[in-house]
Amino acid sequence: MELSTTLPVVWFLIIGFAIMMYVVLDGFVLGIGILTPFADDEAQQELMMNTAAPIWDGNETWLVMGGAGLMAAFPRAYALILSSLYLPVLAMLIALIFRGVAFEFRFRAHRSRRIWGVGFHAGSVVAAFAQGLMLGAIVEGMPAEGGKYLHGAFAWFSPFAVMTGMALVFGYGLLGATWLVLKTEGRPQRIARDLTRPLMLAVIAFMIMVSAWLPFLDSRLMDRWFAWPNFLYLSPLPVLTVVVAAWLWRAVLADREVAPFVLALSFFALGFLGLVAGMWPNIVPPDMSLWDAASPPSSQGFVLVGAAIMIPVVLFYTAYSYRVFRGKVRAGEGYH
Amino acid sequence: MTAEFLSRIQFGFVMSFHILFPAFTIGLASWLVFLEALWLRRRSEMLRDLYFFWLKVFAGSFGLGVVSGIVMSFQFGTNWAGLSTVAGNVLGPLLNYEVMTAFFLEATFLGVMLFGWNRVGHRTHFFATCMVALGTLISSFWILAANSWMQTPQGYAVVDGVIHATDWWAAIFNPSFPTRLVHMVLACFLSTALVIGGVAAWYLLRGIWQDKARLMLRCALGLVAVAAPLQIVVGDLSGLVVRAYQPAKLAAIEARWTTASSVPLTLFAWPDEQAERNDYALDVPHLGSLILTHSWDGEVQGLKDFPVADRPPVAAPFFSFRIMVGLGVLMLVLALAGVLLWWRRRLFEHRWYLRCWIAMMPAGFIALLTGWYTAEIGRQPWVVYGVMRTADAASTLAVSSVMTSLIVYFVTYMILFGFGSWYLFKVLRSGPEAAPPRFGFEATAARPLAVADDRREE
Repeated sequence: MELSTTLPVVWFLIIGFAIMMYVVLDGFVLGIGILTPFADDEAQQELMMNTAAPIWDGNETWLVMGGAGLMAAFPRAYALILSSLYLPVLAMLIALIFRGVAFEFRFRAHRSRRIWGVGFHAGSVVAAFAQGLMLGAIVEGMPAEGGKYLHGAFAWFSPFAVMTGMALVFGYGLLGATWLVLKTEGRPQRIARDLTRPLMLAVIAFMIMVSAWLPFLDSRLMDRWFAWPNFLYLSPLPVLTVVVAAWLWRAVLADREVAPFVLALSFFALGFLGLVAGMWPNIVPPDMSLWDAASPPSSQGFVLVGAAIMIPVVLFYTAYSYRVFRGKVRAGEGYH
Repeated sequence: MTAEFLSRIQFGFVMSFHILFPAFTIGLASWLVFLEALWLRRRSEMLRDLYFFWLKVFAGSFGLGVVSGIVMSFQFGTNWAGLSTVAGNVLGPLLNYEVMTAFFLEATFLGVMLFGWNRVGHRTHFFATCMVALGTLISSFWILAANSWMQTPQGYAVVDGVIHATDWWAAIFNPSFPTRLVHMVLACFLSTALVIGGVAAWYLLRGIWQDKARLMLRCALGLVAVAAPLQIVVGDLSGLVVRAYQPAKLAAIEARWTTASSVPLTLFAWPDEQAERNDYALDVPHLGSLILTHSWDGEVQGLKDFPVADRPPVAAPFFSFRIMVGLGVLMLVLALAGVLLWWRRRLFEHRWYLRCWIAMMPAGFIALLTGWYTAEIGRQPWVVYGVMRTADAASTLAVSSVMTSLIVYFVTYMILFGFGSWYLFKVLRSGPEAAPPRFGFEATAARPLAVADDRREE
């Protein structure tokens, strides 16, 4: 097989992996921000933020990895997606700015403390919603000709994209709640536990709605899913999703601490895989395939050497840092 | 007003804002490595206090660098889709290497550095500090490689209007890369040293934190005394590369209109781009040739040799270059005066000299920005020199979209800059207080064994 045939597939998987890492890892940090209004007081909010303070920056770097990876391996898709989703991307970046600086500024502030609490929450909600919006718009399809988007500056705004936006806010909320169950104790853990069940119901409802809507989209994203014998090969995915959902539900009811977080992550990853399987072999539906968008083997091959070495190294020291900061986070513990 | 013009304003603005923070953190990270290494050797409380004090400054500046840096990584797609499509094959891989080798390293070990003091051993903590500093330097390697490739592209071929890399070694180690990398890293060290020295001078004048301030000022002076002369040499080498590969940029920097040998050095002038001449010029004969060509009557190309469509703007590179060089000379004078005073054991006695350090605090950053303006405006109208014009690089966007984003970025960054400066000022004002001792030393399962060994040492 030709390099120009296989390399884009490898890169599709790498970027898919990077985006999935971003979605689950920053997902739970954004989820914390989405849930901070449920805390009883400022001290609990601070505790919730402290559970993520040492690791949020590394988590967010997966977004940059996804962006830079897309530019390196699929420059045409990078250019098309970002320039046609100009305003949602702007909203996401500005929201991530306020969310990110809140970690540092809130700690330094006295009178302006509340501002950064609000900034952390609003930034998290808007970033999650904008990401869901972008996901919805891509899934719906971005018709382009000669690399230029055919629709206007607001074409991404559609009922479907608004729904995926809301779905992601609730989804990240679920990840955040299960993370807080894992990392806190006492009252904050109780709050997180009480939130987990309604959030789970909402996420399952959204998942069903999105799945039901997909076959009716112009991008015909789901054709692949229902074409025989694809459905047979792909069927483990929905089956596994249902199993994980049921398992998660039981783990939550049983007041388990670790299992809900791990299962919520798996649940998210499976949903993501389902979408990616539907998009294949397009990187931007309806008709930009990964081979159309790919950079030549001289570029993809060059970065692949680095990725093959560096991604395992990154995963190794990321795991190390999670190990250093394992265990429950307690009040008053550990800022520099 | 076109969307392309607004995109250029926006890129210049978000880039100028962003670059200040990485520049500061590149310098600060190495300073923290130095402080912690010294502390590991001597175990004096003073060094630990200083480490934690500058760590606070580092954390804030790193945070602002991260959030404004994420914006940068998306700008190429949102506003410069043309550039990404045509040059993404080269720029994308370089930026991706930056993420994989630098960003993850910095971001992950930053957590250990900021929050790990009570959770890992001293050596491990020092290792984390070193990894963060290494990350900042690796990051400057890749970003300078990418930018230098856009200045002096090599190792590529254009196929169907798209740039393909043919030789990565040549692309990365392109002609302007080595000097520009060293020039930039030195600029970061100088900017940081001037801030450290300025803060020290401020404490000395206020009569507080005397011992710590003396140590800081000595270190800062030592660094500036070495780096400022070195920077002038590297800047000169960088100028030779510009002359060889970007003659139109050099002509704009020096406001030379006609090609001539034994050209003067124009210290000041008012370049008139319409009339193609300089008004109110203050010239030093032969010095231009001497500096630019290293010979008494070397030839320097003039702007009239280039078609009008290929000429960069003149006033901006001309003036920003002069501000940069002027500040560089002031840094050299500051360092020489300091060395003289130090030699006479009067470094801390003269209040006027300490005031000079305070006045010079922003000098490094201003020189750094004006240096970048010289480099980036001077290479116009090209985005990839001689290959792709800036006008062809922009995304097709509605003017209203770019106007919206420009205003939103401006307002957001002003808020960040306002609050960020205020919090930084608060940290600096309270000074290097005693760092909190290691607390909570009851043995818990969550704590690595390494900590138990350190406990005996304390």
